[in-house]
Amino acid sequence: MKPIIKVTNVGKQYRIGVRQEPYSTIREALSGAVRAPFRHLRRNGPAREKFWALKGIDFEVQPGELLGVIGRNGAGKSTLLKILARITEPTTGRVELYGRLGSLLEVGTGFHPELTGRENIYLNGSILGMRRHEIDRKFDEIVAFSEVEKFLDTPVKHYSSGMYVRLAFAVAAHLEPEILVVDEVLAVGDVAFQRKCLGKMEDVSRHGRTVLFVSHNMQAIRSLCSKAIWLKEGELHSVGESSAIVESYLQATFRRDDVRALDQIIASLPPDPNFKLRQVSLEQDGRPFTMVMSSRPLDVVIHFSVLKETEGLHVYVELLDSEDTLLLQSINNGDAEELPSVKEGDYVCRVTFPAEFLAPRRYEISVKAGIANVRSCLPEPIQIPFEVQASGKVNQAYPGYITPGKLAPLLDWKTEFSPRTQTSSTI
Amino acid sequence: MSVSEPTLASPEAQFQAPQFQLPEEPFVVIEASRKWVPFNFRDLWNYRELLYFLIWRDVKIRYKQTLLGATWAIIQPLLTMLIFTLIFSKVAGIESNGIPYPVFAYAALLPWTFFSNAITTSGNSIVGSAHLITKVYFPRLIIPVTGVCAGLVDLAVAFPMLVVLMFYYRIGVTVNLLLLPPLIILTTLLAIAVGMWLSAINVKYRDVKFAIPFIVQIWMYLSPVAYPSSVMPAKWRLLYSLNPFAGIIEGYRAALFGLAFDWTSLTISLVITLGFLAYSSHEFRKMEKNFADII
Repeated sequence: MKPIIKVTNVGKQYRIGVRQEPYSTIREALSGAVRAPFRHLRRNGPAREKFWALKGIDFEVQPGELLGVIGRNGAGKSTLLKILARITEPTTGRVELYGRLGSLLEVGTGFHPELTGRENIYLNGSILGMRRHEIDRKFDEIVAFSEVEKFLDTPVKHYSSGMYVRLAFAVAAHLEPEILVVDEVLAVGDVAFQRKCLGKMEDVSRHGRTVLFVSHNMQAIRSLCSKAIWLKEGELHSVGESSAIVESYLQATFRRDDVRALDQIIASLPPDPNFKLRQVSLEQDGRPFTMVMSSRPLDVVIHFSVLKETEGLHVYVELLDSEDTLLLQSINNGDAEELPSVKEGDYVCRVTFPAEFLAPRRYEISVKAGIANVRSCLPEPIQIPFEVQASGKVNQAYPGYITPGKLAPLLDWKTEFSPRTQTSSTI
Repeated sequence: MSVSEPTLASPEAQFQAPQFQLPEEPFVVIEASRKWVPFNFRDLWNYRELLYFLIWRDVKIRYKQTLLGATWAIIQPLLTMLIFTLIFSKVAGIESNGIPYPVFAYAALLPWTFFSNAITTSGNSIVGSAHLITKVYFPRLIIPVTGVCAGLVDLAVAFPMLVVLMFYYRIGVTVNLLLLPPLIILTTLLAIAVGMWLSAINVKYRDVKFAIPFIVQIWMYLSPVAYPSSVMPAKWRLLYSLNPFAGIIEGYRAALFGLAFDWTSLTISLVITLGFLAYSSHEFRKMEKNFADII
């Protein structure tokens, strides 16, 4: 099929030093004016640093596709969107758009606090590229979506921030370009509102329109987008099926520093006559992780040495949520009927949390060791915080849904169904 | 929103045939622009409603939360006229070509107040609209044009005062009045030319913000606002009329009071205005591609 967006070798170069923050105070403005002549000199000097915010980007988007754009901060996501939205010009390359493009880099662009809700609908709509008759036609729909009917003739400066955002998104959501470019709009508002936004985006693509969606919400990208592109340091790292791209992206952003810090804590533990902890790590697929996928089993691997044979030595693994609520505890040799006698030597224990068990949220693994009824072998438990990302099958009510449960095991549902007959339809 | 249908994961939902035909030719091509950027009139035309809404916004909010509201549009030229009458007419004894000085001054202060407010607003308009420039595309030219056009409303508000003054001093209108609309258009074009040029430079050099009040002040003394241009010695007259506003102001007086038009200086004003308009719109187009990056 013919693409609706065709991006060929697009690059954007910025000169460092030319980019400056807008003046916000009189003092800054004055100092800016004083510096101005020097700025001018410096810019003509030889030390003019340039950097490529984007380089050699090639990709195509098919009509009706929902394309996710991911990457770390500064990877060039926003620059790419700004080029597509014609806000800034590319330094190299070419973009062909075979349709009208609407951009939603922020909600409420051009809202004026002194104007009423009604007036702002018209103003904002026309700024976003809607025609007047188009706004007239959709006016009631916009108002209904925003849920601010009662305050339509109140200046928006008296709105609560929630009302403001709802009204702004309502206008944006009724844009009907063939291509829609969306940047982190979902970062605003409460959960219910985010749900509404995600639903609207899904709706948009179901109507055959194309959406480009930048977000740090990996779960939203995974569930909404069929395809994703990953930008890394201004270059196109990979393109492909969204869940695969999201997974490899999350794996790559694994935080090494945390592991190093953990090793240091373990190395500085005070000596114990019976027990020595050597290493603790979280592993998925045999590789260390602090970013965990919910679709894979998670192993907690504990290396320790027993310095002399000890009766009743146990290693404990606990799972806590981010509020330090103990969710479960599991004990090495916990199923033994009497106190085990642990022999001198080196041990590696691997305790496995099953796949599709953890919810996409923050947890903490806490490792303890002790001799039953005698003492603890560690002055404090070793704690490893980690975050679970939804992948594969997840318990969700709609795309982007975040389960309120502490754990999210996929339980078996057996549903009996009988079609409604005429007599029983009075419920 | 219905959340119950499990449509998302199904590929049919994702790749449903689009409900419009893809055009053969790209709708928009985005490329690095070359040195010479032609005017995109179609684009401007497509966004005419935005221009309308922005002007409407500026007019609506201009006198919000003020006590006197639109009266300010009259107070400004009226008070200046009173002070001018006191200083230039009573104290300095400046000639006013047989026209009573108050109405003579007011006829010039009307276009001058419009013009000076227009270039001030317009010159700061792009920088003041950074939140729009960095977030959404539209022809940037709309912004400084809006700043000028919103001022026309003030001109309309202050105009009846002139009628009152002319009635009071028993000055009749002649067929010359027909030239008033073209003169207002010429003033607007000159204000757009100056405002758009200043607004573009302002993005890169905020010095403009400080220069504008200064430019406005000096320009007023160089224009026949408080005095008639006939006070200029004949040998300086041609040089003097290189200020396009000089010919325009004398034009207003000639149109309103039925005096003879100075066609030479009016022609010079027209040529300079159109030339400057062409120059500044070219400069604007050249600079506008960097607005979002450096604003």
